[in-house]
Amino acid sequence: MSSRAWNRIQDKAFHVVGLVFTFSALLILAVFLLDIIGEGWNRIDWNFLTSLPSRRAERAGILTAWTGTAWILGLTSLIAIPIGVAAGIYLEEYGKKNRFASAIEVNIANLAGVPSIIYGLLGLEIFGRILGLGGSLLTGALTLSLLILPVIIVATREALKAVPKTLREASYGLGATKWQTIWHQVLPASGGGILTGIILALSRAIGETAPLIVIGALAYVPYVPSSPMDEFTVMPMQIFNWISRPQHDFIVNGAAAIIILLIITFVMNGVAVYFRNRWQSKIHW
Amino acid sequence: MKIIEAIDVNAYYGTNHVLHNVNIEIKDNSVTAFIGPSGCGKSTFIRMLNRMNDYIDGFRKEGTILIEGRDIYKKKVQLEELRQQVGMVFQKPNPFPKSIYENVAYGLRIRGVSNRKEIEERVEKSLKKAALWSEVKDSLNKPAFSLSGGQQQRLCIARTLAVKPSVILMDEPASALDPISTAKIEELIAELKEQYTIVIVTHNMQQASRVSDRTAFFYMGNLVEYGKTSDIFTNPTNKQTENYISGRFG
Repeated sequence: MSSRAWNRIQDKAFHVVGLVFTFSALLILAVFLLDIIGEGWNRIDWNFLTSLPSRRAERAGILTAWTGTAWILGLTSLIAIPIGVAAGIYLEEYGKKNRFASAIEVNIANLAGVPSIIYGLLGLEIFGRILGLGGSLLTGALTLSLLILPVIIVATREALKAVPKTLREASYGLGATKWQTIWHQVLPASGGGILTGIILALSRAIGETAPLIVIGALAYVPYVPSSPMDEFTVMPMQIFNWISRPQHDFIVNGAAAIIILLIITFVMNGVAVYFRNRWQSKIHW
Repeated sequence: MKIIEAIDVNAYYGTNHVLHNVNIEIKDNSVTAFIGPSGCGKSTFIRMLNRMNDYIDGFRKEGTILIEGRDIYKKKVQLEELRQQVGMVFQKPNPFPKSIYENVAYGLRIRGVSNRKEIEERVEKSLKKAALWSEVKDSLNKPAFSLSGGQQQRLCIARTLAVKPSVILMDEPASALDPISTAKIEELIAELKEQYTIVIVTHNMQQASRVSDRTAFFYMGNLVEYGKTSDIFTNPTNKQTENYISGRFG
């Protein structure tokens, strides 16, 4: 066989192998989704969304769980986004590039890889006990903020790095200050990337269970939280609680709640893509 | 009258000594061209004139640069003020990803000018001076990136003019442009020198001889020869200058 023919076969072979791997991953996801939807879809109705938890599966709902998740998401956004973006801007634009800075950089990358339960323990000690916030929404949001800060910081820095140097020079060359350059030119140009990082981080926060178990989020909360100091539960905890019960009806409830959680995540990602595209169409490269 | 004066200027990137004892006086309302092969220090030097090298890690300088009699590397010099006085046009057209109008208005807005009428007038005037007004007056709200490369570069010049500088630095302003756009930029330079002092770095020797009044030849970090452009190109006193302009190296 000529070597050229052999090269062609290799090329084809890789194509096929890549296709098989990609589709097997998608297939597993599809099987999982179909299974969940088949199990839980019929359980979803208005009552399921607006009912408090109950001992009886057919009367139980996810009102406390999704409101808890919404609270956690809102508070975590309020805390983590400003701090994370500001830290990213500082490190990338203002911080001196010395050994101290590279030590910080390595450590932030490491923090992104720390198991989430460790953050739970940290949150329990610092926010729950030392600051006396207990098992409240605020403790949960602060803990999850710690968890996703590294992701936001790294994403912000990468987005800022991708802004061409010529854009900064143009602004400086006209006598803009550093902050004016960042505010009027660099941030608008990198906003899409920063937004994507934020949404990815929040999507991670929405699915986290372990740190919230550690800080004392409850599986059974019979009321809707009305302030950041209230106790709470979140969707993943409710799901975990239901699927660990022996009765099949609760398993169905779990499947239905998983569908709702997936819908929330997809909607969030959809909104993020929408805003990112709008942002990018406003920037005329 | 001299407007820029450099005295014993040395520049370093880390341990790399890129400019050696440069002394030069640049006259106002004239065009001064810096020529020389790549890496000769001409870009480094022009970027020192509005302190754009301040952003490069490891950059260090010695010596004094006076612009209108003021030492621009003194501690109390405000960079924002210096760059209003000494504008810059870059090698690749780099308009902001905004509308044509906003590109020109930016320099005014960051200085707190908010009077719409005033901004409109300055935008129009600057675009006229940059010989771009007739081409864009009906599309001021279109994105700057919808313009051709040559138009973009003239927009960058208009943007610089809007903040009323006295000196305009041009770092190879036409090297990314086609011959027709280049000719337009050169025409523009000839007009602008009536009101502004222009310093231009160029790789194109014909361009230097066409547009400049005085030419400085840099080689290996030294200012080898500086004088009237006509003298430099017809009767260089230095052997290296002669070799370079006659195309024997570079």
